[in-house]
Amino acid sequence: MATPNDPQGGRENYLNKHYGVWSWLLTTDHKRIALLYLLSITFFFFIGGFFALLIRLELLTPASDLVQADTYNKLFTMHGMVMVFFFLIPSIPAVLGNFLVPMMIGAKDLAFPRVNLLSWYLYIIGGVMMLHCMLTGGVDTGWTFYTPFSTAFTNTKIVEAGLAIFVAGFSSILTGLNFVVTIHRMRAPGMTWSRLPLFIWAHYATSIIQILGTPVVAITIVLVAVERTLHLGIFDPKLGGDPLLFQHLFWFYSHPAVYIMILPSMGIMSEIIACFSRKRIFGYHFVALSSIAIAVFGFLVWAHHMFVAGISLYAALIFSVLSYAVAVPSAVKVFNWTATLYKGSIRYEAPMLYAFGFLGLFTMGGLTGLFLAALGINVHVTDTYFVVAHFHYIMVGGAVMGYLGGMHFWWPKISGKLYPEGWARLAALIVFIGFNLTFFPQFVLGYLGMPRRYADYSHMPEFQVLNVLSTAGSTVLGIGYLLPMLYFLWSMRYGKPAPDNPWNAAGLEWKTASPPPTFNFEEEPVVTWEAYNYEELDAPHPEEVPVVR
Amino acid sequence: MSDSSTAMSHGDAHDVDGQHNPALLHHFATEQQQRDSASLGMWIFLATEVMFFGGLFCAYLIYRLKYFGEFAAASQQLSVKMGGTNTIVLICSSLTVVLAIWAAQNSKRTLMLGSLVLTILLGFAFLGIKSMEYAEKFEKHHVPGPSFQFDNVEVPGHPGQMANPNHAQIYFSLYFVMTGLHALHMIIGIGIFVWLLWAAWKGRFTPEYHTPLEIGGLYWHFVDIIWIYLFPLLYLIDLRK
Amino acid sequence: MLDNFPLWPERASTLAGGVDALFIFLLIVSGLMTLLIFTAVVYFAARYRRKPGVLAVQIEGSTPLELTWSIIPLFVFMVIFLWGAVVYFKGRTPPRDSTEVYVVAKQWMWKLEHAEGQREINELHVPVGRDVKLIMTSQDVIHSFFVPAFRMKQDVLPGRYTMAWFRATKPGTYHLFCAEYCGTQHSGMIGSIVVMEPAQYEAWMGGGSGGPLSATGEKIFAELGCATCHRTDAQGRGPNLQGVFGKPVQLEDGRTVMADENYIRECVLDPGAKRVKGFQPIMPTFQGLVSEEQVNALVAYVKSLATPGPAGASSAAAPVPPSKAQQTKGSQVN
Repeated sequence: MATPNDPQGGRENYLNKHYGVWSWLLTTDHKRIALLYLLSITFFFFIGGFFALLIRLELLTPASDLVQADTYNKLFTMHGMVMVFFFLIPSIPAVLGNFLVPMMIGAKDLAFPRVNLLSWYLYIIGGVMMLHCMLTGGVDTGWTFYTPFSTAFTNTKIVEAGLAIFVAGFSSILTGLNFVVTIHRMRAPGMTWSRLPLFIWAHYATSIIQILGTPVVAITIVLVAVERTLHLGIFDPKLGGDPLLFQHLFWFYSHPAVYIMILPSMGIMSEIIACFSRKRIFGYHFVALSSIAIAVFGFLVWAHHMFVAGISLYAALIFSVLSYAVAVPSAVKVFNWTATLYKGSIRYEAPMLYAFGFLGLFTMGGLTGLFLAALGINVHVTDTYFVVAHFHYIMVGGAVMGYLGGMHFWWPKISGKLYPEGWARLAALIVFIGFNLTFFPQFVLGYLGMPRRYADYSHMPEFQVLNVLSTAGSTVLGIGYLLPMLYFLWSMRYGKPAPDNPWNAAGLEWKTASPPPTFNFEEEPVVTWEAYNYEELDAPHPEEVPVVR
Repeated sequence: MSDSSTAMSHGDAHDVDGQHNPALLHHFATEQQQRDSASLGMWIFLATEVMFFGGLFCAYLIYRLKYFGEFAAASQQLSVKMGGTNTIVLICSSLTVVLAIWAAQNSKRTLMLGSLVLTILLGFAFLGIKSMEYAEKFEKHHVPGPSFQFDNVEVPGHPGQMANPNHAQIYFSLYFVMTGLHALHMIIGIGIFVWLLWAAWKGRFTPEYHTPLEIGGLYWHFVDIIWIYLFPLLYLIDLRK
Repeated sequence: MLDNFPLWPERASTLAGGVDALFIFLLIVSGLMTLLIFTAVVYFAARYRRKPGVLAVQIEGSTPLELTWSIIPLFVFMVIFLWGAVVYFKGRTPPRDSTEVYVVAKQWMWKLEHAEGQREINELHVPVGRDVKLIMTSQDVIHSFFVPAFRMKQDVLPGRYTMAWFRATKPGTYHLFCAEYCGTQHSGMIGSIVVMEPAQYEAWMGGGSGGPLSATGEKIFAELGCATCHRTDAQGRGPNLQGVFGKPVQLEDGRTVMADENYIRECVLDPGAKRVKGFQPIMPTFQGLVSEEQVNALVAYVKSLATPGPAGASSAAAPVPPSKAQQTKGSQVN
């Protein structure tokens, strides 16, 4: 029974329609699958984060005194593998994408709901394999597992880790496939391509990369596994093989992979900035097309990871110039988001704070990409902490901030509850401060020459101060990440019930109940308006503060 | 009050009595939408397979250019007869797949079932010939690994020059991974067609609905095409002498 | 801890200044860009804070603006690209007549041998102001030779040579790091580059060596029986190696390749791969029979056959004026 204090009271929704473990484990409802993913991804995030904490603790002192070198090598390897393959790549698409894509286009579910469930099971199987691998010895090759070290020199469990990633990769491919077919075939009447939310454009571009790129790393893993098991020579120079062939095959996927990690976050940015400025995103078509451009160009730049690896001068020149080309669409997005703020009507709820954080940190991370693309500079800073700082600015300062912003923005829709705004703003601030303290010193460390993947720097005590700063930051950052987990859980029991559209946001997902019914819409929507129709939404009540607290 | 199970209509898919084809899944608005989605989904999946095999073709190309002589020498060790027969087997099996679909479209049950059975048999024939080839490789010590041997084989066109066994092993490594993955896809394809045969036998396919046949057929044709590329690259390079 | 807290690495090579200049330019550009975005965001966020009764102004976009802020950054990027390419090119092109040092990396140490013969482990002594070219290979996995003070880094690969070069400008001792993860003691694979005044360096050099590397190579050449086929008259069953280094070689399969370090190495370890035109495929492989250091010595020896000159110095100059291709290719990274 709906009451003023509980607008959704008693209504059937996707959470309460069926009860019992099996109704969850055998669900084909994209919203439930999104929550299954949320649980598993959060789990792996904290595992990867735990490894990061140990790494930072070790680096407090120059000597390798907390853990031995072998253990340290496994720590940074497992941190990378877990964070890349079991957190960053699935995160936004599998949680927010799964939940929102059908709703945003006015569909009842994804095109292939059972394949969606299969995706989750594949992710879990891959995750269990990876956990088992870690618990029974782990891997020490770095997440990039370069040959011939990984094929002929290390004694750790490469094949098992590789197969775990292979299985998880399949999960990624199927998610991408599902999204592309859904977006092409299941849009509600009137939902034309140019009326799609930018979140959808971003996920479409991401899915293209997942579909075309992941199989290449899959075959690379197969070749490494076969070579390692049978002592072949495909990548081993002693037997006529070429270790650089591995690097080309590996980076052909792993560079586009970083765009899988950032594009969905950019999609979230568009949604949040539009809502909290009460305006259509400036340059909608340019932002949409830039997502596609990033996906396409992203496939052309992989060897910028190999400038000192032994490639020819001419190859280096080509990949450097292309790397600058791929920077342009990202810059265009940042400019468009900033321009959206102009003459907006801006509020500073937690999602918007995360958006501001993203704008700053992604800009910095992206600009440092320009440094790395410059051949003359790359020679000095590649394989140092400069690169580590660069990619953490984008992946943590960019992707994770976007993920958190999105989780806050859509939490009322997903859970039917409001999160505590005060705590959320505090957490956003803690994350921002902790993040910068952790990673900015690493730019300096990198230019000074501290190489990556060093367990011990006792010959270079001059690096210690910056390392201590970085570790201090990481503890702050860790607290910042713990807080949302705690208050989201709290809100599920004690949070205020959310109305259908607490933000008065545009988008079809907000036209349903919070939480939505299983089939999303009572009647199939027919779309006759453009995306981000905030003028219509705000016009009736300009004097109201249209947010329920 | 809200009855979510029928909350959204199927649009025009329901006929006058509110009935629709039982094969229409509830999240689709129309059968056409379901059919189009299935088709697009399979094409995208095949694109991923192209990229998967593409990595292997890439590695093959690079080493073919680098070790031209050894690749020729190693390739000459394969039986063009067996490979050629397999090629014909696969092309015929693609024909039987097309026949099965045509039969479904025209309600010809016997032809449909027969074509499906033939497809499966031809698939097994392919695998049978492949295993004979593999057995031969095993006997000649051409299986990469500890027992690999490739001594005293001349490089074609360069009398007196012996092939470097390590480089020949790279050829055979790629040969086994490429044909092995292809054979794995064949096995999966046969599995799919066994299921299609069962479903056809149960009467699931009609002129209005035979989508599983079509997309299963797409998959089978793709596996066929991969072989059409593998065959010349592995068997037909440098045939002279 | 707090008394040793540098924020900028030392500059000790001729390349360092160029790298730092580009870096500072990028710092300025990035700083300006960051400031611009930060300022715009903060200003807009404050200025356009939500006020009751004031609606947002819907602005679709502005194609001229989009073009402007696409083309101007692209232009700036191209400037950065070109500048970076120039710096890179300089760093990858060792001058002719560089002193050569052969480096063999292995888990987890650096073995260095000067062309003059001195051997060092994890240390490299060089004189100020001399061009030094490193010819590097690995015995096992991929390593990377990194000297931050020189702004120089080059991966060291098994199975082939990679090159790097520098000219030190300041005496001192500088860190040498391995910068490509290579296993357990990756962070222990550390050494020093010791840059000395020329006089000190001569003194250090005089401190005994086994003779120039090329002489070691000559001995190996004789021991392994290479001279039986590689004779200096036209009668040998193998090509005459006098003057072959640094010049183009016609192969049996029709290709023409440059006889650089990698080619000589390949001939020793895999003779059939690039057989010289007009010769029978009878050379045996020495893979597994010679160590990396011995291959280096052989390469140094073959180099020394280019012209009679100071032992060990690279001299691609031959009686015939060298062609342009030979000049760049012979000393460039593969």
